[in-house]
Amino acid sequence: MAHFDENAKPFSHQWLNDRLAIDTLQRVLSTEYWIPKNINFLWAMGMVLAATFGILLISGIFLLMYYQPNTKLAFDSVNYTIMTEVGYGWLWRHIHGVGASVVFLIIYIHMFTGIYYGSYKRGRELIWISGMLLFVLFSAEAFSGYMLPWGQMSYWAGMVITNLFSGGSLHADGLVEWIRGDYVPAQAFLGRFFMLHVLLMPLIIIGAIVFHFGTLRIPHVNNQDGEDFDFEEAARLYKEGKKKESKVIPFNPVFLSKDVFVMGIYFIFFFYLVFYHFEFAMDPVNFDPANGLKTPAHIYPEWYFLWSYEILRPFPTDPGLIAFAIAQVIFFLLPFLDRSPNVAPASRRGKFKIWFWAMLIDMIVLTFMGKLPPQGIWSTIGLIAAITFFILWIALPIITKSEEKL
Amino acid sequence: MSDRRDFMGMALGGFTALGGIGALYAMKKTWDPLPSVKAAGFTTIDLKDAPENVLVTEKWRGKPIFVLKQSKEMMEKATDVDKKRLIKIGDDHYMVAVGLCTHLGCIPGYRPETHDFLCACHGGMYDAAAMVTKAPPPRGLDIPPFKIDGTKLILGETGPEYEKMLADGITMKV
Repeated sequence: MAHFDENAKPFSHQWLNDRLAIDTLQRVLSTEYWIPKNINFLWAMGMVLAATFGILLISGIFLLMYYQPNTKLAFDSVNYTIMTEVGYGWLWRHIHGVGASVVFLIIYIHMFTGIYYGSYKRGRELIWISGMLLFVLFSAEAFSGYMLPWGQMSYWAGMVITNLFSGGSLHADGLVEWIRGDYVPAQAFLGRFFMLHVLLMPLIIIGAIVFHFGTLRIPHVNNQDGEDFDFEEAARLYKEGKKKESKVIPFNPVFLSKDVFVMGIYFIFFFYLVFYHFEFAMDPVNFDPANGLKTPAHIYPEWYFLWSYEILRPFPTDPGLIAFAIAQVIFFLLPFLDRSPNVAPASRRGKFKIWFWAMLIDMIVLTFMGKLPPQGIWSTIGLIAAITFFILWIALPIITKSEEKL
Repeated sequence: MSDRRDFMGMALGGFTALGGIGALYAMKKTWDPLPSVKAAGFTTIDLKDAPENVLVTEKWRGKPIFVLKQSKEMMEKATDVDKKRLIKIGDDHYMVAVGLCTHLGCIPGYRPETHDFLCACHGGMYDAAAMVTKAPPPRGLDIPPFKIDGTKLILGETGPEYEKMLADGITMKV
């Protein structure tokens, strides 16, 4: 049997230590979780995301108390009850709407930081894969949440997205009706997406976040030069008091204080949006109640889905669906498609530097084209950008294979 | 010893798997459309008073149903495929179709001046018989199962005219 100090007072440090090993936990997860010094503010995006998720959770809890998952009541419960009757209901709704949009901005910054610095290679593959899993889960969470106000955009986005599951020429209409629980999005559909949004998806997301943190603990975070150094040696120097010579700092309190600083700046921006520019996250079309007999003139998803929507749009149905499906999963394969041995910032990796910026610009172009009506020159630019997206992915293994070892 | 352990393991695993499959089946059935939803799947529409070249929208299974009585001018332009798609009652021809774009399910808009449909979502186009004329939609608008009863159509029931359309590959089951 483990050793217990019989004289320890209940809930004293010693008492807890005997039962929970709190000192060991704190050491492993916080005070001796070593973070390289050679990083910049982009390394704070993970904690910014965790904080934003926390804010979404809290605002969501307050919305949940008044929201009615019923096709007859949902629209008014959001737009009348929560917005006009509930004290500060508007605040929770605007925080939730803005948070859902901004969380994707930070996710994209977090992703492209990882791509730029090669933080998905050499022991860090699982960090990348679990991160991409979180991206997919957040997408599902965002989509299911978008259904809940039961406005025109909710309804028609629900119609269009669930139709994707018919698989084009496969005509799996039975599957689509099964997903909806009806021939069209109706009560069964709203009820199940409500459940997904408030229970199942958040549960899975929390699990995936824990897993994502877990994948990070052993390989440690990357640094600005992709330098592979001995963490144990660096930690020894730090603990000996040679903090200047050591290449690392502890996560808590040193790195966390930097995180908190970046979060401070971020939340100024975040609450500026919540109080003064929440309308960017509130599509005016969704202030019309859902109507199955009237399509809005122009259906488009929220900005963070536009790039993949634009990959679907310029092609005929089947190739479009295949292209869309590939675009959804291709980022998962990044650690295996990048054949270069180098873990280094893109700026030092020759052709990969061009690839990185081309991919970033291409996705921004796709995003803009996805918002514009599919006509004339916009259609053409969209098609070219969509094809470019695939050419870049095909080119990636080739250009990285020929990359010289730094 | 190891044999007994293997046996216990396999017995436990087998029953757990069985229970798991049963649970999955129950979950699948829970997500199925309810009987009340399926039972509400019939609509009767009367074509008698439908005006020429004016799109009338009815509702069947929550989906919009387009009814468009063809004018002489439209019949002159109709292709052979178009003619097979139309429902003939007396001397009149009617286009009756599910008003959801076969691409991703938006509702195309009718343009009476040009006698065609345009889907605003992804730019698909259909002629007056709802046959596709411009991609991305892969086919014309689907024709719902119907049975002719005088000047009335019962949507959701299957009549000989509809079965012939299915057999000719003019439409597919919806």
